[in-house]
Amino acid sequence: MIAILTNPQRFMALSAWAAPTLGAIAAVLGLTGLWFDFIAPPDYQQGYTVHLMFIHVPAAWLSLFVYVCLGAASFIGLVFRAPIADAAARAAAPLGAGFTFLALATGSLWGRPMWGTWWVWDARLTSVLVLFLFYLGYLALQSAIDDEAKASRACAILALVGLINLPIVHFSVVWWNTLHQGASVFRAGGPAMPPAYLVPLLTLALAYTAAFGSLWLVRIRAEVWRRRANVLALRAAG
Amino acid sequence: MLDFDAGKYAPYVWPAYALTAVIFTGLIADSLARARRWKRAVAAREQPAQEAPPN
Repeated sequence: MIAILTNPQRFMALSAWAAPTLGAIAAVLGLTGLWFDFIAPPDYQQGYTVHLMFIHVPAAWLSLFVYVCLGAASFIGLVFRAPIADAAARAAAPLGAGFTFLALATGSLWGRPMWGTWWVWDARLTSVLVLFLFYLGYLALQSAIDDEAKASRACAILALVGLINLPIVHFSVVWWNTLHQGASVFRAGGPAMPPAYLVPLLTLALAYTAAFGSLWLVRIRAEVWRRRANVLALRAAG
Repeated sequence: MLDFDAGKYAPYVWPAYALTAVIFTGLIADSLARARRWKRAVAAREQPAQEAPPN
């Protein structure tokens, strides 16, 4: 693992087949998940808005998971100066911002018919908005500093500070009285939903995770090539 | 059988799926375009060095 993170050649060799493989897995799981999604009956309370849950919950899970990846890559990049880890942190941020935006937007589209409002400043929604702002802050900081080494250090520190927000997002529905419901899949006593809903939800969650894995690897490869191109350009100029 | 009926919730369900499709398409297209662009840049910058006559 460490060899892959410190040796770009080994990483490029491994990711050359891992990225398309994960992409193919994501496509198969995505189509399977959508099939289960649209054979699921309407919920007795939520009606057809249950379809929103199948795309909202995986996006929300991924918004947290990608940030854990961003934080871990930032830590390894900052402490061990592993070049791939730094590239991995940069590559994760736009993907995390995308998933968090989807979680907020699809949640809002569910909230309007079910809660009667597009948005409330409850602890879950607000902490996810803060998570989205951390992603945007990371991307803004990265583009604001010209010196790449300084930008990477500053962004890594910002990413590590943002880790504090993750338990707040996760436990917000337990610590505070929120309009957003509590955990209904990973909870004591097992999932609080029938297999007709659990299967499409988990299949699409795996599809989202595989899609993230594939896109993350593609973006890290792009970042490795970008750095290599810059080194070659500097060499040619010198 | 597949049931694409969303009843009175269609104005909320379909925009969410459309938005998800747009974001995924955008992320896939941007990621692949970046990889292609920088792979080509490396190839283009490595080529002159290889073609240059030895000193």
